[in-house]
Amino acid sequence: MDETDRAIINRLQDGFPISDRPFQAVAGELGIDEGTLIERLQRMLDTGLLSRFGPMFHAERLGGALSLCAMRIPETEFDRVATQVNAFPEVAHNYARDHAFNMWFVLATETSERMASVLGEIADVTGFPVYDMPKEEEFFVGLRFDV
Amino acid sequence: MVLNKQDCQLIAQIQDGLPLTSRPYGEVGRRIGLSEDQVIHRVKALQAAGIIKRMGVVVRHHELGYTANAMVVWDVPDHQVDEVGARLGARDCVTLCYRRPRRLPDWPYNLFCMIHGRRRERVLEYIDQLVITEQLGEVPRKVLFSGRRFKQRGARYQ
Repeated sequence: MDETDRAIINRLQDGFPISDRPFQAVAGELGIDEGTLIERLQRMLDTGLLSRFGPMFHAERLGGALSLCAMRIPETEFDRVATQVNAFPEVAHNYARDHAFNMWFVLATETSERMASVLGEIADVTGFPVYDMPKEEEFFVGLRFDV
Repeated sequence: MVLNKQDCQLIAQIQDGLPLTSRPYGEVGRRIGLSEDQVIHRVKALQAAGIIKRMGVVVRHHELGYTANAMVVWDVPDHQVDEVGARLGARDCVTLCYRRPRRLPDWPYNLFCMIHGRRRERVLEYIDQLVITEQLGEVPRKVLFSGRRFKQRGARYQ
């Protein structure tokens, strides 16, 4: 990752134009050409520095549901349960954390009905209760990482 | 905003990302039988309605060196939680801030914020500063650093 890559990442965390030649517009701001921008974006997606390029959707406004879920899993069972949880396509990401509640994952479902059923299925398959904590209020932040 | 059939096709087409080509909206339109102008118009409408929260990139913060990732949870009295949440969300070091339900008796915390940093010591300093400047010394809190990451992908809706 060089200075140009950093500039691209920082710029594209602040939005992307909705216009006929958006790459050309951004490339112009960064002082590079359109082809270079596209090529570098493709490479950073391929190498996994970037996980997505495009629109970020508001799940609830699309009729879907999102929830943060936590589980308390004994160390000896942890890997088995992680494998079982991650097998659900609704699990968007999953982190171990250093607390009695040691497994934390985000569930994203197409409908709120599916949310209720997938919570039950995870508890059934793993044998442990799932504590779901959907957001009740989101406080404004500008999530971005300066690189 | 009511989504019509074309909007649903459009969302399905772009939810995994925009094509990396000179005229990405034109290319999306070609795939679903809309003109470039129509796609631009509908994507703008989706963003104006808040269905698209933003356009751009999502970084894998871990790969970019932000390896210390703390979830700080607070047990704030209900009548103060929105005010405290707004204050925490306004701080530069806080990257996400949500109010969530308690799950009593096991889980008493109702305010969650994420703090990312390159080193654990630095993140702990940020938290100490937050506690002092926002006068949260009396509020019970826990800091949960992330360990292994098992999965990270974008959510899919259709």
